[in-house]
Amino acid sequence: MKKSVFFGALAATTLVAGMASAATIDDVKARGELLCGSSTGLTGFGAPDASGNWTGFDVDLCRAVAAAVLGDATKVKFVPLTGETRFTALQSGEVDLLSRNSTWTMSRDSELALDFVAVNYYDGQGFMVKKDLGVSSAKELDGATVCIQTGTTTELNLADFFKQNNITYQPVNVADDNEAQSQYVAGACDAYTTDASGLAASRATLPDAENHIILPEIISKEPLGPVVRHGDSNWGDIVRWTYYALLIAEEKGITQANVEEVLASTTDEEVKRLLGASGDMGVKIGLDNAAFKNAILAVGNYGEIFARNIGEGTSINLARGLNALWTQGGLQYAPPFR
Amino acid sequence: MSDAFFRTEMTPPKAPPITERGVVKWLRENLFAGPYNTILTLVALYVLYSLLSNVIPWLLNGVWNANSLQECRDIVAASAGEGATGACWAMIRERWNQFLFGLYPQDLYWRPALALALLLVAIAPVLFSRVPRQLFWLTLFYPAIAFFLLWGGSIWTPIVAMMGFGVMALAYRLLVPLTGVTVAAMLGVLAAVLWWLLLDARLAEMLSTAIPVGLRSVGSDQFGGFLLALVIGVTAISFSLPLGILLALGRQSDLPVIKMLCVGFIEFIRGVPLITLIFTAALLLGYFLPRGTNFDTILRVIILVTFFAAAYLAEVIRGGLAALPRGQYEAADALGLDYWRAQRLIILPQALKISIPGIVSTFIGLFKDTTLVSFVALLDPLRGVTSVVRADLNWKGIYWEPYIFVGAIFFVICFGMSRYSMYLEKKLKTDHR
Repeated sequence: MKKSVFFGALAATTLVAGMASAATIDDVKARGELLCGSSTGLTGFGAPDASGNWTGFDVDLCRAVAAAVLGDATKVKFVPLTGETRFTALQSGEVDLLSRNSTWTMSRDSELALDFVAVNYYDGQGFMVKKDLGVSSAKELDGATVCIQTGTTTELNLADFFKQNNITYQPVNVADDNEAQSQYVAGACDAYTTDASGLAASRATLPDAENHIILPEIISKEPLGPVVRHGDSNWGDIVRWTYYALLIAEEKGITQANVEEVLASTTDEEVKRLLGASGDMGVKIGLDNAAFKNAILAVGNYGEIFARNIGEGTSINLARGLNALWTQGGLQYAPPFR
Repeated sequence: MSDAFFRTEMTPPKAPPITERGVVKWLRENLFAGPYNTILTLVALYVLYSLLSNVIPWLLNGVWNANSLQECRDIVAASAGEGATGACWAMIRERWNQFLFGLYPQDLYWRPALALALLLVAIAPVLFSRVPRQLFWLTLFYPAIAFFLLWGGSIWTPIVAMMGFGVMALAYRLLVPLTGVTVAAMLGVLAAVLWWLLLDARLAEMLSTAIPVGLRSVGSDQFGGFLLALVIGVTAISFSLPLGILLALGRQSDLPVIKMLCVGFIEFIRGVPLITLIFTAALLLGYFLPRGTNFDTILRVIILVTFFAAAYLAEVIRGGLAALPRGQYEAADALGLDYWRAQRLIILPQALKISIPGIVSTFIGLFKDTTLVSFVALLDPLRGVTSVVRADLNWKGIYWEPYIFVGAIFFVICFGMSRYSMYLEKKLKTDHR
């Protein structure tokens, strides 16, 4: 008898919890704050600066979503998450949105019941070697010692790559990026492998950056993007279209500085819809019509976010490459805004 | 034989041969006493040399004024020549605040600092018997004061929560003549729990709308560095000691239910690694609690760390209890003391005295274990803050300096605890061994 009451209560709780989770947008609005799962500190992508403000490429996407949903880019609470805790935190509802350089893979999409709503950075695994090793291609790395983080997809990619090319390597296992870097500098390994963006950031901070090169081969696909829970499509749409709005803004030449100006002068119907001057695109997904304008106003367009955090003006100095707009030979392509 | 010569005074003793005195003797006896010792000494000297020849220049070339690691390197290269290495303490100079306070708002640093100063005052009467006894009142209310200072918010939240303890004490006082200590304590706890569950939130809300007094509220997510380590460490230490004592007594109890519960609890907690418990606290609980319940991660971690330390303490104290001669228990019974008086007056003072080294080393271990919370992405000083600092392009690639800085602070605190335990042992020593 008592047991059945207990299980009844448990079932009711689960049901209530399930119902409550049905609309993340309502939770966010009621809370007045977006809970954004972020990295514990990744150069250029997301970390608190000296005064404790979160900055970075992934962080700006959270700010854009907060600006779109709540009208205020500062109403974000960043929840740092490790590689182990990130998906659980999202599933259990401790964060509304995960924007933390997570690779979109099939099993994460299906088994973990997550939805990757977009790809905001196309990355891939590369190698960095010392110039005096005299190597110009990763295929010449036969017999090399390679610094590699354990327990990552990078480790598996590395094994695959060397096997496919019939060459051997000796792994030097390291726990994290910083240890890898210090081992590499100390000469414990000939080559250091991780995502190309991470390699670029590491190289930028080496004492003798000019003596190190990043090899041309990219041996894996690492599409990184924001993630939401399965089963709340509306919330997924909001995050996806906020991101696309930033892309379209770049395509149409709308920047943080000229939003108002463009809004006043434009004759482009798509721009008018994007900025909420005509139609009710925002209302259709449960936001204000000015939602996307607010997002652009808060963080700028995709190109501006890229340039500010990781682009060629910064010391990380990443080229747009695959992340250029489709009109410039890249892969960033937003569906039509209508 | 009358002209035989007799010495009238002793010859002065000759100095021992050079190999049998002074430095040489010491060296011969201690460092070069045989072929094996000689080899070992030479090897040790070589290791020491190669270690120090790297570390000492690195320390001597240390740079305090720079804005980035690159600048540090340039300064070292300029002053000590190309290829020289040097520590880059400039990182500490720029980011020390994050190592100490995490992401706590900078204009509010006075609050944790004041809380720490008050902590030192509040624990003084517990640690030293010469401190005026009136300070115990501060100790009693310190948890509420610290909570209010650190987290801010309405002043009524901690006050109303403290009233719960008042309710507990009142219920206990009223009931103890009627029902005896155990039942009265249980009913007192029950009354307090009822107070917290049913009245607390509403009363606090009413009072704070009526008389809104408070500080700016700071979320747990902004805690980090040594502030976090101390919040977790101090809370867990102060709650685990009483809990550990109760568990140790419960384990020796004659009542099977209590004994089974205590043994089960202790053995379960000791059988599971702390990391597992922390993961459970941070992740699994999220699944079980209904969505939207915002049960603070730090609070969850504190509770689990407290349980963990309590289980270990219970065993340490049980060792102390077992070490007491049977006669002490019997003497207490013979005096006609009831269970709680016997424990309070005779058994526990002696048992705890025996267990001091074990208790303190559990505390030291607990304090150092607070760095494990980095696995659930809390900003502990060792890994959490360090990775935040290294994510900054200016300091990316810095390796030893943060570890040395954090290690030094940990050493000071843990060494202090260890010295205090020795002082306490000496002070309480009454036998003539």
